Order: sequence, then structure tokens, then C-alpha cells
Amino acid sequence: MKAILALEDGRSFTGRAFGAEGETSGEVVFNTSMSGYQEILTDPSYAGQIVIMTSPHIGNYGTNPEDEESGRPYVEGFVAREFSGIASNWRSRESLDSYLKRHNIIALSEVDTRALVRHIRTRGALRGVISTIELDPDRLVERARHIRSMLGSDLASSVTCGSSYDWIKAAKGPDGKTFRVVAYDFGIKRNILNNLAGAGCKVTVVPAFTSAEDILAATPDGVFLSNGPGDPEPLEYAVKAVRSLLGRIPVFGICLGHQIMGLALGGKTFKLKFGHRGGNQPVKNLLTGRVEITAQNHGFAVDPDSLNQSDVELTHMNLNDQTLEGMRHRSLPAFSVQYHPEASPGPHDSHYLFTQFQQLMLECRK
Amino acid sequence: MPRRTDLRKILIIGSGPIIIGQACEFDYSGTQACKALRSEGFEVVLVNSNPATIMTDPDLAERTYIEPLTSESIAAIIDRERPDALLPTVGGQTGLNVSVELARSGVLDHYGVEMIGAKLHAVEVAEDRQLFKDAMTEIGLRSARSLVVKSLVDAKNFVGAIGLPAIIRPSFTLGGSGGGIAFNTEEFEAIVSRGLDVSPVHEVLVEESLLGWKEFELEVMRDFADNVVIICSIENFDPMGVHTGDSITVAPAQTLTDKEYQLMRDAAIRIIRKVGVETGGSNIQFAVHPEDGSLVVIEMNPRVSRSSALASKATGFPIAKIAAKLAVGYTLDEIPNDITLKTPASFEPTIDYVVAKIPRWNFEKFREADSTLGTQMKSVGEVMAIGRTFKEAVLKGLRSLERGKTLTSERVDPDNLMHNLLTPRPERLAYIHFALMSGHSVEELHRLTKIDPWFLNQLQEVVTLEKQVQQHSLDSLPADLLRECKRSGISDRALSELLKPSEAAPVTVAAVMNRRHNAGIRPVFKRVDTCAAEFESYTPYLYSTYEGECEADPSSKKKIVVLGSGPNRIGQGIEFDYCCCHASFALKEAGYETIMVNCNPETVSTDYDTSDRLYFEPLTFEDVMEIMEVEKPDGVIVQFGGQTPLNLALRLQAAGVPVIGTSPQSIDLAEDRKLFGQLLTELGIPQPQNGTARSKAEAREVAAQIGYPVLVRPSYVLGGRAMSIVYDQESLDHYMVTAVEASPERPVLIDRFLEDAFEYDVDAICDGDDLIIAGVMEHIEEAGIHSGDSTCVLPPIMIDLDLLERMKEYTHTLGKALHVVGLMNIQFAIQSGTVYVLEVNPRASRTVPYVSKATGVPLAKMAARVMAGEKLRDLGLVEELRVRHCFVKSPVFPFNKFPGVDSILGPEMRSTGEVMGVADSFGSAFAKAQISAGMRLPRGGTAFLSVNESDKMGLLPIARDFADLGFHIIATAGTRRFLLAQGLQAEHVFKVGEGRPHVVDHIKSGKIDIIINTPLGRQSRYDEKAIRRAAIQHGVACVTTLSGGAAVVNAIRTLRREKLTVRSLQEYHGALHESAARTP
Repeated sequence: MKAILALEDGRSFTGRAFGAEGETSGEVVFNTSMSGYQEILTDPSYAGQIVIMTSPHIGNYGTNPEDEESGRPYVEGFVAREFSGIASNWRSRESLDSYLKRHNIIALSEVDTRALVRHIRTRGALRGVISTIELDPDRLVERARHIRSMLGSDLASSVTCGSSYDWIKAAKGPDGKTFRVVAYDFGIKRNILNNLAGAGCKVTVVPAFTSAEDILAATPDGVFLSNGPGDPEPLEYAVKAVRSLLGRIPVFGICLGHQIMGLALGGKTFKLKFGHRGGNQPVKNLLTGRVEITAQNHGFAVDPDSLNQSDVELTHMNLNDQTLEGMRHRSLPAFSVQYHPEASPGPHDSHYLFTQFQQLMLECRK
Repeated sequence: MPRRTDLRKILIIGSGPIIIGQACEFDYSGTQACKALRSEGFEVVLVNSNPATIMTDPDLAERTYIEPLTSESIAAIIDRERPDALLPTVGGQTGLNVSVELARSGVLDHYGVEMIGAKLHAVEVAEDRQLFKDAMTEIGLRSARSLVVKSLVDAKNFVGAIGLPAIIRPSFTLGGSGGGIAFNTEEFEAIVSRGLDVSPVHEVLVEESLLGWKEFELEVMRDFADNVVIICSIENFDPMGVHTGDSITVAPAQTLTDKEYQLMRDAAIRIIRKVGVETGGSNIQFAVHPEDGSLVVIEMNPRVSRSSALASKATGFPIAKIAAKLAVGYTLDEIPNDITLKTPASFEPTIDYVVAKIPRWNFEKFREADSTLGTQMKSVGEVMAIGRTFKEAVLKGLRSLERGKTLTSERVDPDNLMHNLLTPRPERLAYIHFALMSGHSVEELHRLTKIDPWFLNQLQEVVTLEKQVQQHSLDSLPADLLRECKRSGISDRALSELLKPSEAAPVTVAAVMNRRHNAGIRPVFKRVDTCAAEFESYTPYLYSTYEGECEADPSSKKKIVVLGSGPNRIGQGIEFDYCCCHASFALKEAGYETIMVNCNPETVSTDYDTSDRLYFEPLTFEDVMEIMEVEKPDGVIVQFGGQTPLNLALRLQAAGVPVIGTSPQSIDLAEDRKLFGQLLTELGIPQPQNGTARSKAEAREVAAQIGYPVLVRPSYVLGGRAMSIVYDQESLDHYMVTAVEASPERPVLIDRFLEDAFEYDVDAICDGDDLIIAGVMEHIEEAGIHSGDSTCVLPPIMIDLDLLERMKEYTHTLGKALHVVGLMNIQFAIQSGTVYVLEVNPRASRTVPYVSKATGVPLAKMAARVMAGEKLRDLGLVEELRVRHCFVKSPVFPFNKFPGVDSILGPEMRSTGEVMGVADSFGSAFAKAQISAGMRLPRGGTAFLSVNESDKMGLLPIARDFADLGFHIIATAGTRRFLLAQGLQAEHVFKVGEGRPHVVDHIKSGKIDIIINTPLGRQSRYDEKAIRRAAIQHGVACVTTLSGGAAVVNAIRTLRREKLTVRSLQEYHGALHESAARTP
């Protein structure tokens, strides 16, 4: 079946429908990871986005229950050069086609994804519509122009949990010590929770709107700020909470959590032209000089010049475009990274950050 | 960390001659290393015995030594040059082994030379099976259960514990040579015995079989700051059991979830750290169980490898170049990515296409060899193809192989389908295709072949399309279906074979192409950019695909396209790639934009740095024409890439492509026996009586007229493919059946065979007006042995001056008559004072790099300039080139990989590579060449002599020389009788079958040091073969011609008299230029 992807700037790509039928819309972005499509599909940070995979063959190894990063796919639409007709992997339980249909995700294949990526690289992320129903590109372009812009969108509130819950995985640190951690869910990935558990954290996940007072009342050892979709700027409730938590309890943030921390520390965030999404981004740890290959998924970034660097130390930098990838407070127990040390998908080079969080909590206990 | 300042001069060791398992990829890596280190201001001293390499070009290093890659010879170089460091990791296993030897023997310590890149300990851990296994266990990784044994008894005890099948790998051999998979006890004992025999340390690893597991490779890089990145993942289409060099491989990995891939990545990082490779690239191989994902480490190469060359070409990330920079202290983040310019090398390339590598075998030249694919590598070359999908990549790869057949037209034997699916052989893909076409399911094929169902399903999708095409004639073929076929990589030629013929006329390729163009279905070109288009690419490294947007972005500059030589094969290898690179370098210097087209991932020509633009594409008419359409070049060079581009020349010209240099018509004329014969007659130049035949009857007639023996061969082949000396009508009839199969559309050429003649090669360069003789090479072996398999010497040492002059005169006459613009090679034979022309090739020949290195004049560069319109005079070439020293070129054979194949030389070329020996005297130069070629020249000991009746007189002086040199001579009855009659002492030895211990027993027990054994006649007898096989297995020098024997004795005398000295090409050439005062 035919399907069309139309972009707000008038360009459209006609290909073949895959997965569910219907119409969907979102900000069109690309991801350069060569593996891990199921983790990407289910990462809540992709809410509001149509994701193009640059890797041409997607679906080869099917899907399985263990590789989900949340309860369901969050992407609005999915695009690849070719989706596999069969699933070939011992872990696979369901083909990608059936999985997408079951979750009502509309996908598009047989388009020149490289041309599409080059277009986005040049123009920046664009709003777009995929449809299997409406096949008039002009009408679809018109619809794309009416999608809500990512800039200024609070999407975290739409993906956060309804009420708090304890993470199922038992805390099991390498040295047997355990910590009680409250994790803000702005769209949290399961592997972050698994990694926290692996660092000895008993995690309670709380909704994005939870106040600082409620958290402090529970007297945890640390607070974790999760990844999530959308623009950090409208999340004033979260920024406010973090601002009052800073200095009173160790805080660790990842991705959107890092941006919220940046705002709480008085910095500013801005929208990147087309973002960083993939598993090969080089990040330099400015404290050790080592390079980490990192998994990334963000469209916004913290402006380092907006931070008071006598309070905030820049700890990580992206070597491709010199954007800020990590920071820590010089005197308060707080640090954050823009990228994804929990990987999934992606390399495990930055796993040490979970240990670092554990160490920080340990120090603050003394 | 910035560049180290404590190093000034660095020694780089190359990999020597091209052999199976070690090909052009090390010229590519060595060349990159030389360039990278010199650009950082280091002085580079290079040593390699292979003159056909780009790395031995004298302008790539301060000092270039074409010397044997032995520890003695390299120690002598170290003594002269006093380098500060040695880079052991870019010269393959050869370079690494000799570096280890130098380190262990204390030479490096003695001269204070530091091994950079990989330290001795790291190399030892990676290379020693047991140390490696222990290291893996320490970091919690599983390796196959195995035991290193030094005896058959121990091997049998161990296999009792792990069971059969078992894998046997000899320690320290190339390409796993001498190893194998044993399915039963008998096989097990045979393979273990052979393995113990060929291992230089007499040990083999007996290993649990992982047959049928999925096989992967990761290319890993590490720097001094301990940053580690993975450059590329490679998945083998063929599961475990087939050597990765013989497997179709695919990048990136296709069937791993991210969870599995990251475990493998973590393992690779732990391994490179544990083994302790400080800086540079390593290749790590893994096996994954298809049903439970268990991960097993297979092995690690602590150096750049064939796979790293492939990974570099597959991703655009130049591993060897970066490795060289890391070795001198840079960290990955300090090195920019060449392609994006703005991002650093400290990242992991991501690719938005699929790369397929497909090996090429040459079993047709080794008919007695077992073509089953196993743990020992047997392929001689490979192609790489890039497509947006696996289907497109693999089908482009198949046509890049130039096998002259598509999957549809490939011959299969339906009665043996099951057997061919179960047992991997070169034709495997054709059998899978046939099975799918005849309705076998993917599941069934997976069960038989263990190939991952995903790959098989991709092939199934191709077959589904092909079946749809079969329903149509060209007229009824829907444009959508045609487009889908092209998107899936199906060639116009394959379509022409699939489509129904209309009105009994077959569909031509041209008609399909026309139809396609009329429907507006043409490929676009996309860029290889390391980053899946995330950043802008500044390097035009391109591949074709059927998509929407074209990124070729051609310029409007004056431009010339060089068509490369495709996959390595016997007869067409690195020499032609050398010529193509030189054409590109020269034309760039002359101000042209240069564009390279080639599909061989091992080569320097497919380095994106070599030409201004690189099209990594198959060299078929279809693919080349699409590039022409986009580039519209001012000139196209077809005469440097061997037969591959020549086969396209006439068609390209007919299609309006501006072929420059000698006209395709002239090239064709030289190949056309009749026309060329007429030309020679007109010019009054003698040639052996000859004729052509298109049928058995015609052949009989021609041969009877000429008189036996005759030399027969198909036209239009390189490397003497299917060339044979035929002594009677019966053999001729037999030949005609096989030869016609070898070349269906071309007639067979029949020449009078000149017995006892000597052969010469003359290379010349001509600008249409002037002709310069570049070199006259004398073959050591008498006529009847393919020129590519002969040892030859430049300048000639035995020729009469007037005959030499006559050859030169004929060369001038022929150059003018054929209007040669560019290079020309003529093969002459001299018999009883008559100079015969055997063949003229108005194109680059295999000897061009050798003559260039000998004369110090880069012939291919000069020829390229001439082809672009310049005159020899203006390039400073006004007189015949001279050489003042002695340059001997010797071939290197793959017989050690093919047990059972007779090593006797003949008119069909079988060598894979060559070496050069340089010295002031013939004896020294020949000795160096033999040592470089791997021959163990004894200083003394026992010589076994056995020659046929007509060679007995000729043997006499050789036997006398051996006796004079103090050798103990043993001979079989007939030869011994003759020697005794001539007053020479010789001990008797049994022939095989006469009694024991016979001669082969003596060879095996190490009692014979050198063998002179000429064949008894047209049919070699069994015991002769046994002698030669035993000699190869046990590394005993074995000479099969008398002239070769004489040269060997001469060399032995030299070795006893003097120590071989080393000297660089720059010094040789400096001496030359002082006298000739000619530097173009």
C-alpha cells in the first residue's frame, strides 16, 4: 500500500506503508543508530516525533518483550528504507510488522531516507505527516503546517506516570550498599531504572508534577531526573522543584533531566537545528580527557554561556559540535549529562555515571 | 597527547609478495602509514620485497629497500639506517612475524629500536593460542574449548574429550594454512599430521567445532589515552566453518539485536585492553550461537588486516592511516575525520547502506585441488559492493566478480543439489539461487546451509522478482517491475536472460538498457561519508543505487576516468592496480581531475585519497556507462587495468566514450591472430607458425599443418588461462572440449611451440611518434613456461647483442605500426638465432612496476601523461632507459595451500605474486629473489638430481657445480648412471615404489636440501609429483627446469662467497641518475 510523508516546507516522499494504516504527524527527526530500533520505538522521549532510521534495513531481528524501554511505542511514526519481511533472531517473539500494527504505529518504507536526512540536516527538524489515507501531497503539507511546534511544548506531562510506583528490580549494588532514590518520570526509560537498581538504588518513580516537599518528606538518599520528550522550558513546575532540591539532596539528571537542572541552575536552553540522535556521538569527559562514545537523543541543549561557571563546572563536551554534554555543581551534590549513559540502545562507555551517583549519595550520607 | 617528539626515523615493514591470505590490502595499509607518518614530519624507511606495490615507490619513503623480509636482511637495514622505531602492524602476518623475530633475537634492543603500535608482549598474547585463551578466561569471555598439542597422540587424546567434528589450526601460519575440519578419525589424523608439519613451531590447536554458529568481526581502534572505538561490525553470510577470507561478508551486522551487539562491543573493548594493544587497530572475530546467543571469542589480529582494509573502504574511516598516527602519540580526538573535516576521528562510523564482500577463487587453475571451503583460506581476491540494501549490494558484488555469468546462467548440477548445499564451495550462491528458483523454502535451505534465514530471505525476494520477470517479454515488462528489479540490484544482463524472447530472438542486454533508459530508470550516486549524512561530506566517494537524489555533484573541470582492474586473480593483480594509481597520480599532477572506478576493496586505487573522485562500482558496461552519463569525462583510460577494462573498450568507444591512448582497434588488432599475423608478415617479423580454430576439426587441421608440439589457448585471456602445450592429436581433441567451455565466443589460437627457445619481455612506451625501450627482460626458464611464472632478469645476461638489437628494432616497428600511445609489452622467443614475436600487448603489462622500480622511471605515470597528449620528449624521455644493477623478478606460488596440486610450471600462469632481488651481480640478485620468494637456498648438504633423458647433458655442468661446492649428490638410477659415466660421484636413491627408504622418505626426514627435477615428458609420473609435493610441504628448494637449476647453483655459490648486502632504491637510482643525468 502506498503512503506519503509530507513536510511543512512542501517536500514530500512517497513510499510503501508498513505497520498500521492511517495518518499520523509529528516533528520529523532522524536517528543514526544501526541497531536498537525497538528501544527507540519505545523510548518516551520520542513522543511527538516521526523517526527516520538512517540504517536501511530495519526489523531484521524482530521484536521481543525484554527490549522495550517503556510499556509501548511512543514514536508518532517510523520511516526506513526497507522493513524486513521476516524476523530472524533467537530472542524474537513477534515480527516488527505485527508489533507496529498491534501498537497502531504507522510506518513508511521504500523512500530515499538519505535524501530525507540530508534535507533535514540542511533545513533543520521539520513538522510532517505520514498518511496512508490521504495521498494528495499538497493537502498533507498543509496539515503538516498546522502541527503544534516542538518549541514550547510540554510533552513530559503527557508521558509521565499517573502515580508513583516502586521499580520492580531489586537494588543490587556491587558493594552491597543500597540507597533510596526517587526518580522523576518525565518519560523515563526502563534501562535507567535497571541501571540505578544495578548501582544499589531502590527506586521510587514519581510523576513529573511531584513537589520538592513531597520528595524531601520521604527522605531519600538521592533524586534522579529522567529523560523525556519536548521542550524543557515550559516545565516550570519541574524546574522549580529541582531548584529547591539542589543542595539539599544529591541530584543526578539525564537528558531532559539535565536540561531541567540547567534551567534550575539559572541557565538557558535552546533548540538544536536537528538534534543529536544516534549511538556514535563522541563526548569528551573534560575531567579525565577520555572520549566516550555515547547514545544520544535530544533536540534541545543547555547553553553553557548562560551558566554561572563559577558555580557550575562543565564536565562533558560533544566533540562533533562542541555543545554541552554534562555539568556538575562545584559545591552542591548535583550533576547531569545530556546523553544516555544507560544506553539501550547504544554503547556502554558511560556506565560509570551511575556509580558516580552512588558515590555522591554515599558521601552525602557521611 | 600530541605527536611524540622523541622519534625521528621510523621503519615500516611490508608484507612481501601477494599470496593467498595476504594481498593488496597491505599495500593499501602500508602506503597509508607511509603517507601519514611523512605528513607528520617523520623520516620513513620502508622495506618490502614486492616491487609491484605502491608503497615501494621511491617517493613514498626517505629510504625504500626492496629486500628479503628476513630478520637478517632487516637487521642489516636497521644497522645502516638506525631507525628510532619500528611499526610492525601494517605489513600483515609477514611483517608482524619478522618484527617479533627481530625483537626476540635482541636486534631491536641492540639498536635501541622501539616497537610502536603493538609491543612484543601484546603480539605474543594475541598470536599464541594458549596465552590468548587464558587471557580470555581471565576477563570472563568464552573461547572454544581447545588444546595446543605438539604430537598426534596428544591430539587424539584431547579429541576423545571434545568429540568430532573438530577444528585443527596450525600455529603461526598464514590464512590458517594447513588447517581444516575433521569429521572422522581418519581425516583428523591426516589434518593434524599435516598441521604439525607446516607449523613453524610444530604445534596445532585442536578445537571444539562451532560449525554453523553465526560469525562476526569487529574492527577496533585504541589510542594511548585508552580511548577505544569500534569502526565497523561485519557479519559473515557463511556461518562458522568457512574461513572469513572465503566467506561472503556483510557490513554492518544485520541480525543482532542492540543488546547482543553491545555485549560483543564490550567484549571487544575488554579484549584489546587485556591483550594490551596500546594503539592502532585490531580485528576480533566472534561466534554467536544462533539459538541461544552464546558468545565465543575466536581470535584477534593485533594489527591491520584484510578485514580492516574492508572496514576502511566500507565506512570511509581509514584505519591504517589513523593507526599510524596513533602509534606516534596522537589520540583519536586530535585527528580530524577526513570526510566531514569538522568532526574528529574519535567516533564510530554509522552507515546508511549495506556493504557486501565476495571472494574470488581460481580453482580452474588448480584442477586437482579440493574446492571445499573450510578453515584454510583459498580465495585469491575479492570484490566489495555497496548498495542501499543487502540485495543490491550482493548482486552488484556478484557482477563485480567478472565471472562472465549471472546467478541465472551459472551452471549447477541439479543431481548434486543437496550435496552442494551441505558442503560450501565457490558455487554455493548459485546452488542456493537454483534451489530457491525450484521452490525450496528458506527454512529448508537454512537447515542445510546454516546460513541465517534473514540472508536467505533476501535472496528469496530476489528470486520472487526474477520469477515475475520471467513471465514477461521486454515489451510487456511493466516499468514498475523493472524499477523494482533495478532497486534490488538485478543487472540489465540478468534481466535479458530472464525475459521471454520475443519472436524467437533472444533479448539483448542493449535492448534492456534502452528500455530502461527510455523509462527514465537510471541510478543515482550516493556518498560514503562515515556518518549517514548527519554531516556534510567533502570527499566524493560514491556508489550507485536506484533512489531519488543524486549526490555525485560532478565538476566542470577537465577530467579523466581511470578504469581499474577489479578483483585480484591469478594473472591480473596488484601490478595493474599500481598502474591505475600511477595514472591517477600523474594526471592529477598534470592538472586534471582524476576519477577512479574500481571494486576491489584491498587496493590503493580504492583509497578515497588516491584520486579526486572515487566510484566504488562494478566494472561492467552497464555500471561504467552510468558513471559516464553523470561525469561526461574528457578521457577514459582502459589500458592500465588489465583485461577488465579492455573487455569494455570497444563497446565504450562505440557508445561515444572518449577512450584515450592506443585505440581500442589497435589493441583488438594485436589480439586478432589473423589480422596480427598479416601485419607481422607485412612487416617481415617472424612469428611461430600459427592458426586459429573454432572447432575440433579445424584444430586438428591447423595442428597437423603446423606440426606438433603446439601451444593452444583461447583468445582474450590474461595469465595464460587454459593455455596448454599439446603433443598429439588425442590431447588436442581433449583440450578443444575444455577450452571451448572456457571461452565460448572466441576462437582457439594454435601456435607452433618453440622447444628449447628462450623468452624475453620488452616493455616500451610510445607517444605515437617516438618510442622508448624501457626494459628488456630475460626469462630464466626456457620457453613453455608462462611469462608470469618465469623468473626474469633485467638487463639480460646471456643474449647476443645483435639479437638484442633486433628485438628493439622489432619493438620500434611494431609500436609505430600499431600507433601505440602509451605502454606496450612484447614477448619474444629466440630459437637458433631467430627472434620470434610471440605476442604484443599494446597496454600496461604485469612487468611495468618491476621495470619502473629498476629504471627509476615511473612508466605508468609517463604513459598516462602521453595518453593525455604530452610528448615523451617534453617529459624528458629521449633515450632508451638503462639499468646499472641486476634486477631479478621471481614468482611466488600458492601450492602450499593446495595439497595434491602438482607444482610443475607450464604455460598456464599459477603464481599469485612476485618479488624482486636487486644487487650488483646476477648471483646475488637471484639469491635475494629466491630468498624473498620463500625458497630455502642451502649453503651445502645433499642435492637430489633427477632429470629426463634429453636434459642429461644439460645437467652435467650443474652437477659439477654442486660437486665443486661440496654438495653430496644423490640420484635415481638413470641419472646416477649418467653422472658416474661422466666421472661424478652420486649415491643411489630409490624412486617411490622401487624400495624404501625412497626419495620422498628422504625429503620428509630432512635428508635432502635441494632438488633438481625436470619432468619426464608430457605426462608427469606419479613419483615426480610426490617428490614435488613433499618438497613444498617440507620447504625443500625444488627446481623443475635446467636453466633454473643453473641459476640456483650460481646463487648458492654467491651465498657461500659473500654476505648479501642491502641498499635502498634511492641509492640505486641516485647512482643511475648521476650517470644518465635524466630525471623526468
